[in-house]
Amino acid sequence: MYDGGKIVVGLVVFIGVVTFPLWYRQASGEALRAPEPKIVTDAKECVAPTDYMRASHQAMLNEWRDLVVRDGMRVYVAFNGQEHEMSLSNTCMKCHPNKVEFCDQCHNYIGVVPYCWDCHIEPKESN
Amino acid sequence: MGALVSFFAVVVLVAIVFVGVEAANLRYLFGVIIPYAALITFIAGFIYRIVIWARSPVPFRITTTCGQQKSHPWIKNDILDNPHSTIGVIGRMLLEVLLFRSLFRNTRLELRNGPKLAYEWEKWLWLAGLVFHWSFLVILVRHLRFFTEPVPVLIQALEGLDAFFQIGLPALYLSDAVILAAVTYLFLRRVLIPEIRYISLAADYFPLFLIFGLVLSGVLMRYFVRVDVVAIKELAMGLVAFRPSVPEGINVLFYIHLFLVSVLFAYFPFSKLMHLGGVFLSPTRNLANNNRMERHTNPWNYPVKVHTYEEYEDEFRDKMKAAGLPLEKE
Ligand code: HEC
Ligand code: HEC
Ligand code: HEC
Ligand code: HEM
Repeated sequence: MYDGGKIVVGLVVFIGVVTFPLWYRQASGEALRAPEPKIVTDAKECVAPTDYMRASHQAMLNEWRDLVVRDGMRVYVAFNGQEHEMSLSNTCMKCHPNKVEFCDQCHNYIGVVPYCWDCHIEPKESN
Repeated sequence: MGALVSFFAVVVLVAIVFVGVEAANLRYLFGVIIPYAALITFIAGFIYRIVIWARSPVPFRITTTCGQQKSHPWIKNDILDNPHSTIGVIGRMLLEVLLFRSLFRNTRLELRNGPKLAYEWEKWLWLAGLVFHWSFLVILVRHLRFFTEPVPVLIQALEGLDAFFQIGLPALYLSDAVILAAVTYLFLRRVLIPEIRYISLAADYFPLFLIFGLVLSGVLMRYFVRVDVVAIKELAMGLVAFRPSVPEGINVLFYIHLFLVSVLFAYFPFSKLMHLGGVFLSPTRNLANNNRMERHTNPWNYPVKVHTYEEYEDEFRDKMKAAGLPLEKE
């Protein structure tokens, strides 16, 4: 190889960058964990089927927000016929008051930081 | 022709995963085996291509320059467009890699009525190319949130910046909108401009369709169909930790996305996409123009066997003397 030294250095750097997740994981050294959001409510069902909630709760919140703020509708009839007020703090957080152990479990795992709590009131939790 | 072939190639790829996952339940194949195989192919193929290139000697500085060469001290030279030092070369390389400087000089040849030949400024290709590559990079870096635990702060910051306008929920990433627009432009450019359509091959269309399919499946997953991202991260972390597992309940759309990525990575080293590595080995970009300051010897020069006049005279002295020829040494 001509200029072998420089090229090998370049290749090593490139492969180091490409495999970043592999050695980052080795370096962080923690065991693999999956988030376990803790359900504390006595209710048996969420406002929509669990599969749907897991994947699409943010879209549902968006829908609720638009319906409430733009159309003034406040009542949501769930899939099981129950009626809920469409509210982040008063509905979701009533059944899931443990934000840290519930919402944040998943969000920290994925690395999303919903900005909702800039304005909406977080439930008070006793740590 | 090339466009149609490439389009159907991508459609077939999508169909393969769809059938494989939905009908044959080959989740482990598409979720674990193929991604690993693709990564290995990518790395091995990349090294292979670079090593082949690195074995070609570049005996002389090939200097396509766009500025004044370094010469007399009173003539102002252009350090970036005609570098004579390593620093200058690094500067030129950075401009090339980060800002596509030589594409910025792109011109379009036009025959005007007159008839007059004119060179037009043409910046759209540069602009679309630049925003395409940058948004691709941003998306790639943002995706590290699936492969790292804990997610580095920098990646979260990039996410925040990319979703700056907080449009809708999940918040719209600007890079998604930009890359879709840019890929569409790059494709339309190939089909709508006759000269460019003429020189476009299947190998030009295929990466475009592949990336378009990849982005489209990602966009569908985030904004329209929505998938269980937590389960997907479990799969991704399993891959990273070499303890692969396939969680339940992942939408087939994700397998399509992952398969298209795998195809892209495996195809990469054998295609024009290798310009990622190639740009760093471009002799016209990475060599300082110092031909007049330094002697560059051809690396394949071998010692030439010469027979000097002195040796010749020594060999034939007697005969030359006998013939009465003049000699340098008696
Ligand atoms: C009536 C009480 C109730 C309300 C109101 C409620 N939830 Fe739930 N939620 C539950 C229960 C109970 C479960 C667990 C269901 C199960 O295990 O199948 C659940 C599950 C979930 C899950 C899935 C967790 C997992 O482990 O996969 C998410 C996400 C969720 N809820 C979000 C929300 C959001 C967001 C709101 C507001 C729009 C909300 N919930 C409102 C009771 C509620
Ligand atoms: C099962 C895990 C899980 C639980 C529990 C959960 N979330 Fe989420 N949430 C997610 C994931 C994953 C995303 C990001 C999806 C993505 O990036 O596409 C998300 C995104 C969001 C977003 C959008 C953030 C953004 O900027 O895009 C909001 C708002 C949100 N969640 C609210 C809540 C609230 C409120 C709760 C608690 C009541 C909750 N979530 C519980 C998994 C969860
Ligand atoms: C700039 C401050 C602000 C931010 C940030 C914000 N909201 Fe709101 N939100 C409001 C206001 C003000 C209302 C109107 C309250 C009312 O009329 O009851 C509201 C209403 C809502 C409602 C319906 C009423 C209720 O009681 O909840 C929902 C649902 C909602 N927001 C969801 C969200 C979500 C999800 C986020 C994060 C992605 C978010 N909001 C971020 C200010 C904000
Ligand atoms: C070259 C590689 C890739 C490209 C260009 C790409 C592109 C995209 C795009 C444009 C989106 C839309 C949302 C966003 O921008 O975040 C997306 C979403 C997504 N991608 Fe990829 N992707 C790539 C690789 C991967 C890989 C390797 C995985 C495996 C884990 C993956 C998993 C996902 C998931 C789960 C989503 C949905 C995210 C969400 O709902 O927030 N992608 N992808």
